[in-house]
Amino acid sequence: MSIKVENLTKYYGNHPAVKNISFEINTGEIVGFLGPNGAGKSTTMKMITTYLTPTEGKISVEGNDTENDPKIVRAKIGYLPEQNPLYLDMNVLDYLKYAAKLESVPKEKISSALNRIIKDCGLDEVKHMDIGQLSKGYRQRVGLAQAMIHDPDVLILDEPTSGLDPNQIIEIRNLIKRLGKQKTLILSTHILQEVQAVCDRVLIINKGEIVADGSPDELQKKFQGQVLIKLTVKKGGELNGKFESEIKSIPGIEKISQVSEDEKQLRYEILASKGSDLREAIFNKLVEKKLTLLELYQETTSLEDIFRELTIK
Amino acid sequence: MQNILTITTKELRSFFTSPVAYIIIVVFLAITGWFFTSTLFVGGFVTMRGVLDMIPFIYLFFIPAISMRTLSEEKKSGTIELLLTKPISDVDIILGKFFSVLTLAIITLLPTIVYVIMLTMLGPIDPGAIFSAYIGLILMSALYISIGIFSSSLTENQVVAFIISFLFVFILFMLNKVLIFLPTSLATILEYIGTDYHFSSIARGVIDSRDIIYYLSGISIFLLLTKLSLESRKW
Repeated sequence: MSIKVENLTKYYGNHPAVKNISFEINTGEIVGFLGPNGAGKSTTMKMITTYLTPTEGKISVEGNDTENDPKIVRAKIGYLPEQNPLYLDMNVLDYLKYAAKLESVPKEKISSALNRIIKDCGLDEVKHMDIGQLSKGYRQRVGLAQAMIHDPDVLILDEPTSGLDPNQIIEIRNLIKRLGKQKTLILSTHILQEVQAVCDRVLIINKGEIVADGSPDELQKKFQGQVLIKLTVKKGGELNGKFESEIKSIPGIEKISQVSEDEKQLRYEILASKGSDLREAIFNKLVEKKLTLLELYQETTSLEDIFRELTIK
Repeated sequence: MQNILTITTKELRSFFTSPVAYIIIVVFLAITGWFFTSTLFVGGFVTMRGVLDMIPFIYLFFIPAISMRTLSEEKKSGTIELLLTKPISDVDIILGKFFSVLTLAIITLLPTIVYVIMLTMLGPIDPGAIFSAYIGLILMSALYISIGIFSSSLTENQVVAFIISFLFVFILFMLNKVLIFLPTSLATILEYIGTDYHFSSIARGVIDSRDIIYYLSGISIFLLLTKLSLESRKW
């Protein structure tokens, strides 16, 4: 077991950012934290890296408790924070050397570690340039190189591809896949394709809770065949707060969420159990309530829909 | 220890790779040079007094200016998160920053020794008093730097950090100047807290352990406050 998180809770003042989550990550797994912005992904990562302390709960990394042995935990982790902070006035080589020293890479091994990481991350052309002069893609490589300089067992990358152009995204993803071999790797993202492209396992996090856990294929299988009904209703009549619970009372309906609202109409997405066809039941319910149906459309779910369903309020 | 040295070296390099350090040194030397030449050539006195009395005033602005970016810059750019997740302690980071700024302050002070050398050629001076005045200046700058670093840890904004540390330093310095307006009982306590009282005692040529303890404890208090301020992210 590489990382073990038990009943983790974090409050910022009165606001809960992470609510009682538990999970385990095995050595060598590539895990993606998937969730909308503000879901608690970064907060969870910051607690694993010991930057923040949990309000409640325990985290252990390679058997070491984050609160009792923070230095041991930090030495085992390579971390790329969100937005990839860098010293823009330093040149690449100096910066990586600085990172190596702070990671307590032994003096005689520093130059070989530098050579290795510069080669692995493709930084040879730019190693004498100031970081401030580099493109975003290269900066991201420097950030990764910094995180990997001491060859850590665990690699934690917070939104490693945000803000990059499509070509750079693919480049960085390939780099992550290549470097992440034989390492426990956690990366966070709000892009679904990224998880499908890189990860063995995905934890979907929403509002501080884990709402799904499994490999991308498993999740797809589990939710595949579930029925997604898109419903648009004209405003007016008896359309009020009760409407959602009325629809929910139809047997077979698992979840209803409002997607949008304008002055004329309301859009809903309804998740129904596998193989069901509840269009008629919904129609009848609307007629009963004297509501005007504008649109009713049914499809089976894709992974994208699952993500949307799980993370919409 | 190794980590402190690593951070100090890195900080000093970044001071000297940007023009900021050079500008600061030049401005400092221009001001002290003016006071030196005016007492020597205009006043006709062979003495360091003019310069040594002036430097504490310059330090009121100078030290907050060179220490304001130490932590606020790291907070603003987010690199503080990198630093605090490396296998080093918060104390390493704070001391590394502290010694780098102190080194810069000493480097800036060193060229003024040229004035002392010039004076020895012109007439008799009191080398003991001058030497202890330099010790006093270094201790004073060290205290101000610890205040500057603490202020810098409170905010992401360098200007705000500058203003906070200037206020602290200014109050500590001015305490001894306003004592005459205060009742005697209060005055004796406040006299001890003020920096100027201890500096002038050292600058007279008497290095008293009480003054040394005053500076060292002041430095420790502000560096500890900085540590608390860094830890407050976890609260």
